[in-house]
Amino acid sequence: MTLTPEWYLLLAAALFTIGAVGVLIRRNAIVLFMCVELMLNAANLALVTFSRINGTLDGQIIAFFVMVVAAAEVVVGLAIIMSIFRTRRSASVDDSNLLKY
Amino acid sequence: MTPAAVLAATPMSTGEMWVFIPLGILALVGALGMVAARNAVHSALFLVLTMLCLGVFYIVQSGPFLGVAQIIVYTGAIMMLFLFVLMLVGRDASDSLIETLRGQRVAAILLGVGFAGLVCVGLGRALAGTTAKGLAEANSAHGGNVQGLASLLFTRYVFAFEVTSALLITAAVGAMLLAHIERRKGERPTQPEQMRARFAPGNYPAPKAGPGVYATSDSVATAGLLPDGTLAARSIPEILPPRELTSSETAPKGTDR
Repeated sequence: MTLTPEWYLLLAAALFTIGAVGVLIRRNAIVLFMCVELMLNAANLALVTFSRINGTLDGQIIAFFVMVVAAAEVVVGLAIIMSIFRTRRSASVDDSNLLKY
Repeated sequence: MTPAAVLAATPMSTGEMWVFIPLGILALVGALGMVAARNAVHSALFLVLTMLCLGVFYIVQSGPFLGVAQIIVYTGAIMMLFLFVLMLVGRDASDSLIETLRGQRVAAILLGVGFAGLVCVGLGRALAGTTAKGLAEANSAHGGNVQGLASLLFTRYVFAFEVTSALLITAAVGAMLLAHIERRKGERPTQPEQMRARFAPGNYPAPKAGPGVYATSDSVATAGLLPDGTLAARSIPEILPPRELTSSETAPKGTDR
């Protein structure tokens, strides 16, 4: 049995799907955030595999930028979750309905 | 060719296959466990497992810099930040089991399965005839993976790199603004005000009585006795749930025989 690098892409697709389903079914804001992180990581795996398939390093550069953006996003997002938790005493996304029409 | 370059040739070598299969299964288990775990801390630890597996995949796919950065940045910094916030948010972090929208969970899982099927079929058909070139040439052009990445980062992608630094600074300032609690001088009660509030009518100025400790019980949940024999409710901390022993718990255990 031989596997080709495309299997990495299939694994990335599976991880991305699991992350997306997690965003849809979980309601704790922090766990939702972890699911978004998983989706970003799956995209990174796909980028690194594409870089290998194409034989250039550009895919790895983009994955590096994705990492940086993910770090910034996590910092701001967790600060927002913390400030919501301080005012509402809850980290569930169902309780944050103040802007609901 | 370096061993990493050999690994990156198409198709996967036997060694890479033996890395890919167990770690791929572990990564999937971690992802599923993260979505399924009821406790948010367990979710975070499952996600750490998945990210470690992905870091190994980057290294195997001749991207050692990205692999190490993944382990340091993601599992080392980001996930520990998650754990810190979970500890701050506390026990509330576990999810409730009630569904707000009926059938939402089933619909989401069906959608996910459909999406995965579409993506996998599309990928399989699109990539059927392609051959992976491997990164051996690109990595050796500048003397290594890190050098190759650096030469790209500081020539073709230098503007994106500069913008990234602006993004990082903005994020740091934003997080400081969001996490900062503004306290003006007038908001904190002064010592005379605290004193007056303490001796105001209706407030009990003395310290609370300690819980009763008797020969039969040394629990802090045991209320102290007032001089008239009644229980002092103030002697028990408010966070302790009221607890009555059931008859099976008060029955002799048979240890005295």
